[in-house]
Amino acid sequence: MVQRLRVRYAKRGRLRFTSHRDITRAVERAVRRADIPVAYSAGFSPHPKISYAGAAPTGVASEAEYLEIGVSRACDPLSLRAELDTSLPSGLDVLDVVEARSGSLADRLEGSMWEVRLPGVEPDAAAKAVEQFLSSERVEVERLTKKGIRRFDARGAVGSLTVGNDMGGAVGAPVMIDDLRTAGQELGPPCVILRMVVRHEIPAVRPDDVLMGLRLVAGFAPPSPPEVTRLAQGPLDAMTGEPTDPFEPDRA
Amino acid sequence: MSVESLFPRLEPLLPKVQKPIQYVGGELNSTVKDWDDATVRWALMYPDAYEVGLPNQGVQILYEILNELPGTLAERTYAVWPDMEALMRAAGVPQFTVDGHRPVRAFDVFGISFSTELGYTNLLTALDLAGIPLVAAARTDDDPLVLAGGHAAFNPEPIADFLDAAVLGDGEQIAIAISEVIREWKSEGSPGGRDEVLLRLAATGGVYVPKFYDVEYLPDGRIKRVVPNRAGVPTRVFKHTVMDLDEWPYPKKPLVPLAETVHERFSVEIFRGCTRGCRFCQAGMITRPVRERSITTIGDMVAAGLKESGFNEVGLLSLSSADHSEIGDIAKGLADRYEGGNVSLSLPSTRVDAFNIDLANEFSRNGRRSGLTFAPEGGSERMRKVINKMVTEEDLIRTVRTAYGQGWRQVKLYFMCGLPTEEDVDVLGIADLAKKVIKAGREETGSRDVRCTVSIGGFVPKPHTPFQWAAQCDHETVDRRLRQLRDALRSDKEFGRAIGFRYHDGKPSIVEGLLSRGDRRVGAVIRAVWEDGGRFDGWSEHFSYDRWMKAAADSGLDVDWYTTRERDEHEVLPWDHLDAGLDREWLWQDWQAAIGDEDEIEDCRWTPCYDCGVCPTMGTEIQIGPTGRKLLPLTVV
Ligand code: SF4
Repeated sequence: MVQRLRVRYAKRGRLRFTSHRDITRAVERAVRRADIPVAYSAGFSPHPKISYAGAAPTGVASEAEYLEIGVSRACDPLSLRAELDTSLPSGLDVLDVVEARSGSLADRLEGSMWEVRLPGVEPDAAAKAVEQFLSSERVEVERLTKKGIRRFDARGAVGSLTVGNDMGGAVGAPVMIDDLRTAGQELGPPCVILRMVVRHEIPAVRPDDVLMGLRLVAGFAPPSPPEVTRLAQGPLDAMTGEPTDPFEPDRA
Repeated sequence: MSVESLFPRLEPLLPKVQKPIQYVGGELNSTVKDWDDATVRWALMYPDAYEVGLPNQGVQILYEILNELPGTLAERTYAVWPDMEALMRAAGVPQFTVDGHRPVRAFDVFGISFSTELGYTNLLTALDLAGIPLVAAARTDDDPLVLAGGHAAFNPEPIADFLDAAVLGDGEQIAIAISEVIREWKSEGSPGGRDEVLLRLAATGGVYVPKFYDVEYLPDGRIKRVVPNRAGVPTRVFKHTVMDLDEWPYPKKPLVPLAETVHERFSVEIFRGCTRGCRFCQAGMITRPVRERSITTIGDMVAAGLKESGFNEVGLLSLSSADHSEIGDIAKGLADRYEGGNVSLSLPSTRVDAFNIDLANEFSRNGRRSGLTFAPEGGSERMRKVINKMVTEEDLIRTVRTAYGQGWRQVKLYFMCGLPTEEDVDVLGIADLAKKVIKAGREETGSRDVRCTVSIGGFVPKPHTPFQWAAQCDHETVDRRLRQLRDALRSDKEFGRAIGFRYHDGKPSIVEGLLSRGDRRVGAVIRAVWEDGGRFDGWSEHFSYDRWMKAAADSGLDVDWYTTRERDEHEVLPWDHLDAGLDREWLWQDWQAAIGDEDEIEDCRWTPCYDCGVCPTMGTEIQIGPTGRKLLPLTVV
């Protein structure tokens, strides 16, 4: 392996229903189609050296997923970005590629900014639930995992949580203009949008855990499934508390 | 009339179902053509779950060919799992295609490819979800033509009431021809509605329209005759045979799913047909004669398919891949080409001979020598003679000895249970063979680290084979023989632990037998089973034998009469008006040869033609090499 390349990619639209395993298969095939000289591990059944950092769950869209590819021949990040992007199905879109300079990418991913669209929800109800959630010290939630039901705090990891809607009206919080919707998609009925910054902790707190928290503290129950998108992940800015570009140290 | 995507209505259901990715489409190399630019629109279905249906070669080939045709579009649809079915019903979302998420009912043709009869209940689910009347007679000009193909379509009678039409044999050319007929009819303003277009299709002689044929019965329930009920409809319908596979090098752009499927590889058919003459094998009988794809076309298809798909495994498909006249050069050529890379090659072959091992050695150059599969099919010499599988015990032992000697550690053996004239001792013979296999392996390697797995399938007599007249073995007998065999294997101190045993109980075979050799009266049972919740009958966790038996009893249908009853020479069989080219008299003689004590039938590739009837009837001929050409190495970029 002569070089490591760090890739930021998006998981969009209907391809948000891919699972992490689906994505790893798709990436391995795309790498082969694009003739990227990926390095292989030694041993009896060699594996391509591709590693993933904190994948968004199945059903959750993302503008900020990260992976790292080890190659056996030096590659130009810009052309690799184009080749990989054309070789992946549309909806898995390569956004940025840099050559790794130092350190571990995974360590830089301290937190994520999530957007949660809640169609058919009353803005006031959402605002009230958020207020109650934020004013709680701890909000114990449960999640069914492979090892059974786990209980953990969903409040502590939440850095910020705001409410907006996509009609441009603020509901006691900054307005969230949805610029990420696929072009051409018509606007549906009004819809509340939550935006939150969640620190990556163990156990990991996910947007649906926060939603469960909102239900527990305020009986807040959206009528239809939430549409969740990860907008960014990276080191958290000391001032704003929001994630910044994790490739910064590699760009120098 | 433009058709909107159903996706916005489907989307809210997706977070609530298992593996939602199977419903969203967007596979690499999939196509969504403009709806309004096409005149002839096909919805193609493989009637099983996406994970099984997506890799299906037949559907992928037709999808690509039809989408290449100007003015024609094709989209795909698969059986939805019960969790999705319930949500779709509650939300009023109809059966949709995964490409454009368009409602299946909006298409001109709804084509379903049946590899097995166990997909019949899934057909009914799809029709019902699509809002298409289940019974063809109730459909209007707003409904698509429901068209069946695939191996099971060689006897579509059990689902005749649900079909508008069926085609037999290779689909490439007939799909194009059907598109032409529909285009012309539509360009004339669709005169005479669906009956007229069906009549035009039937008149070609290559499309079976069940409702244009009346079935008359004898007082004892057997069929008296099947006759066309209107002018212009031929008395017999013939199968289709594509000659020159090099001219049809599909799939060129294999579909690459995001979801995990049963075959994660690029498959190339290296030939169609098989003339080894195994009497139980419907696939071999109905796909005659042998037509090889040339070594060079195969090499080109493999290179292009890998490039287009990014798969790292290639499967060389056919009914007996080691029989290709240049398979040795193909194997060596591909193994050389991909040596040291990360592409693996597989060749489904079960031939019992040393050559098969040579091939397997080539193909395992990059990897481990794990398991080799051989298919003697019958447990005793006598049984193998009955089924025309010419493998002696000596052949088998010699072959496995070579395999173990060359580093293979595991041998899999395939057999059938319930074959005509079979007795307990024939099945128990499998245990003796397996023990001899292990013994030979231990001697050869000087080690106890050799294994053998015995896999057994239940035999089901199939239409258009010499065994189409045979009595199917009842499931009690099959189960008893399998238990005896299991006990014989397990109780053996010396070898028992080195032998694995895999089998299924005999009940599903009875249902398969009913559907395989059934007539139109069986349709009522299929419908009753479906109404009672029957779905996904090919999956053991969904299949219910009792549900089928109850539905049959309620419909007053005697399952034994259809399955375990032997037919006589002159009985009109439900599929006699459907012609696979096989001479009925030849089939009967072959059946008599099986139960008599006559010599084996050889393969007409290497011995003179024995007049099975196919070539003269269908105007076809054997197409085999060798071409003498070699695979050229790919230029390294
Ligand atoms: S007609 Fe003759 S050559 Fe053709 S498949 Fe039959 S036996 Fe073989």
